[in-house]
Amino acid sequence: MSNKDAYWNKTKNHMIVTLVLWAFFSLVIFMFGSELNTMSFLGYPLAYYMTAQGSLLAFVIILFWTANKQEKIDEEHGFSEREDD
Amino acid sequence: MFKGDFIQNLPKIYGTYTGGFLVFIILMALAEQAGVSAKNIGVMFVAFTVLIYALIGYLSRTIQVDAYYVAGRQVPTVFNGMATAADWMSGASFVALAGGVYFGGYTYMAFLVGWTGGYVLVATLMAPYLRKFGCYTVPDFIGTRYGGNLVRACAVFVLFIASFTYVTAQINATGTIASRALGIPFEAGVWVGLISILICSMLGGMRAVTWTQVAQYIVLIIAYLIPVFWISSNVGGGIFPHLMLGDEVARLGELEQQFGLVKNSAADMKAAGVPGGLKYISGTHSGVPEGGMAVWKYLSLAICMMVGTASLPHILMRYFTTPTVRAARKSVAWSLFFIFLLYSSAPMLATLSKLALMDPNLPTGIIGKSISEVQSIEWVQRWSEVKQVFIADFNGDGILQLNEWFMRGDVVVLATPEVAGLPFVISGLVFAGGMAAAMSTADGLVLAISNALSHDIYYKIINPKAETSKRLLVARVLLVIIGAAGAYIASFRLTSILGSVAWAFDFAMSGLFFPLVLGVWWKRATREGAIAGIIAGIVSGTVYLTWVFPKFSVPIWGGVNTPFLGIDHLRFGLIGAPICLVVMVVVSLMTKEPSPATQKLVDDTRIPTGKAILGKQH
Repeated sequence: MSNKDAYWNKTKNHMIVTLVLWAFFSLVIFMFGSELNTMSFLGYPLAYYMTAQGSLLAFVIILFWTANKQEKIDEEHGFSEREDD
Repeated sequence: MFKGDFIQNLPKIYGTYTGGFLVFIILMALAEQAGVSAKNIGVMFVAFTVLIYALIGYLSRTIQVDAYYVAGRQVPTVFNGMATAADWMSGASFVALAGGVYFGGYTYMAFLVGWTGGYVLVATLMAPYLRKFGCYTVPDFIGTRYGGNLVRACAVFVLFIASFTYVTAQINATGTIASRALGIPFEAGVWVGLISILICSMLGGMRAVTWTQVAQYIVLIIAYLIPVFWISSNVGGGIFPHLMLGDEVARLGELEQQFGLVKNSAADMKAAGVPGGLKYISGTHSGVPEGGMAVWKYLSLAICMMVGTASLPHILMRYFTTPTVRAARKSVAWSLFFIFLLYSSAPMLATLSKLALMDPNLPTGIIGKSISEVQSIEWVQRWSEVKQVFIADFNGDGILQLNEWFMRGDVVVLATPEVAGLPFVISGLVFAGGMAAAMSTADGLVLAISNALSHDIYYKIINPKAETSKRLLVARVLLVIIGAAGAYIASFRLTSILGSVAWAFDFAMSGLFFPLVLGVWWKRATREGAIAGIIAGIVSGTVYLTWVFPKFSVPIWGGVNTPFLGIDHLRFGLIGAPICLVVMVVVSLMTKEPSPATQKLVDDTRIPTGKAILGKQH
C-alpha cells in the first residue's frame, strides 16, 4: 500500500470517529431527552443543559481535537505543510 | 497599509479598534448622563460603527483577482474564525434567537444544536479539501471536479436560490434596525442598509468583507454579552449566568405550574385583535415534550440545519481565504468557538428575560399583576405604541395571565435591557450590534452570489478571455444589482412570501451537500451523476415545499396537505437531499467512471501538501 493510500485510510478512519462523536452529541442524546431531563447538571435538567450549552461546547472541543489529530496524521506521512506555504 | 506588515499587525490593529469601541461606549454613557437624548445616542451608535466599516471597506480596495475573490488567501486562522462567525450570525440570530428560545423552550433549541453541529461536518468533510482545491467559489469546485459548464451552471443555480432566500431576510433586518435606530421609515432604512453593505464590499470584494466582518464580530459580541452579564447580576442571576441559572430554570418550571400553560384559540385571538407576529408562552421552558413524534421533530430539524450549514456557499467560501489547509481546519474550530460565545448566551438571556417578566417576587414581574398597573409601566406603553407588545384580557378578570401577554420575539433582545433597568446606552449598543450582525451576513451572501455569477457564469462560461479589469468590473456591477434586487424585494416587505430563513438551509442541502461531499470522498462520482443529483434534489425538494406549505399548496395543489412523516416546510431538505444522493449514486454507477486525470485530481485534493488544483490566478 502506498504512503498516499495509507494516509487516506487513516484520514478516513479519523473522519468516521469524528462523525460518531458528532452524531452522539447532536442526535443520540436527544433521542433520550425526557429520560436525561430527570438528571441534573450544574442545577440544570440535563437535556435542557445539553441543548442550550453542553452539546455546543462538545462540538467546539471535538473540532479542536480533530484538527490537532489530523495534523499529527499529516506529519506521520510527511504531508505536513510548511508554515510559509 | 494592507501588505505583509498589515497581517502581522492584525492583533494590534483590532486590539486598538476594540479599545476604541469601548471608549466610545463610555463616552456615550457620559453623554447620556449629560442629557443627550436616547434617540441621538442610538443614531450615534449606528452612524459611528457603520462609518468605521465603510472606512475599512475603502482601505481594503483592490484590483487583483485573488484579493477580490479570496482575500489573497492570507487571512490568519483566528481572524478568519471571527469573520466566519460574523458571516454566520445574522440579524435574525442576533435579535430573534433569544426570542425563539423564550417562546419555544427546549423544542426551539434544536436550532442551536443544528446551527453549531453543522460545523463538524464542514471541518471533516469539506473545508480542508475545498481549500486545497484552490477554488474561488463553491460552483468553481463542482465545475472543475466534475468537468463541464452544465454542472457548473446547476451548482450556481442552487447557490442562487439558497443565498437569495437568505439575503432578502438580511437586508430586511438591516432596514428594520436602521429605521428604528435612525428614526426613519422602513423603506428608507432598507436603502440605507443596502448602501452601507455595498460600501463595505464593492471596492475590495472578499478582502474588504473579511476585514469588516472581523470588526463587525467584535461589535456584535460586545453588544450581546455586556447586556446578558449585566442583566443577570441585576435580576439576581449571578455574575456568570451560563453556569449559575440552574435555580432560575427550575423556578420557571414552578411559575409555569402556578400560572398554567394555556393555549388560546385562534378565534379568541382574532376577536381580541392581537397584531400579527406577536406570540405568547404556551409551552414549557425546560421540559422535553413526550412521544416519538416530538423526538423526531427535534432530530429532523437539527439534521436539516446541520447538513444545510455544511452546504451554504457563503460559509464554505470563508475557508478559501486561509493560507494553508491546516489553517482552514483550525479556522473552522475557531469559528465555532466564536459562534458558541453568542449562541450559549441566547438561552441564558431568554431565561433571565422570562423570569424578569414572570416572577411576581421581582420588581420587574408583570404576570399576575393587575392589567391597569401593567399598562402604566413606561416600557410597556412605548412598545405597545409600535405594536410590539399587546395585552388581551380574555377572561375579563383584570389580572394579566400568562396567555394574555403577547410580544414579538425581537423584544426579548431589544427591550430586556430597559426592563431590567439598564441605562439607554446599552440599548444603543444593542442596535449597533444588531446592525453589525445583519450587515455582515448580508455582505457575505451578496458577495457569494455575485462572485458565482461573475466568476462561474461570466468568466468561465460566457467570456473566458475576459481581462482582469473587466472581470472585476462585472463582479462589482453584479454585486450592486444583486444587492439592489434584494433591497427592492425587502422594501416591499415581500419577504413573508419568501418564507423562513430555514429554507435557505433546506435548498442548499437538497442540491449541494452530496455533490460536494462525494466530489471529495467518492472517486467514482461522475459528471452525469452530479448533474442528475443536483437537479433531482433541488426539484424534488422544491416541489415538496410547494406541496407542504399551505400558502403554496392551496393555489398549486388545491388544498392543505398533511406533512409526510412530520416533514414540514422547515424540513423539506429531508426529501431533497436523500433523493439527490440516490440519483447521484445510481446515475454515477450507470455511467463511465471518471477519467484518470479526474481521479488524479481527486487524489491530489485529499493531500494537504503540493500545488493547489486550480492556480493562484484563474
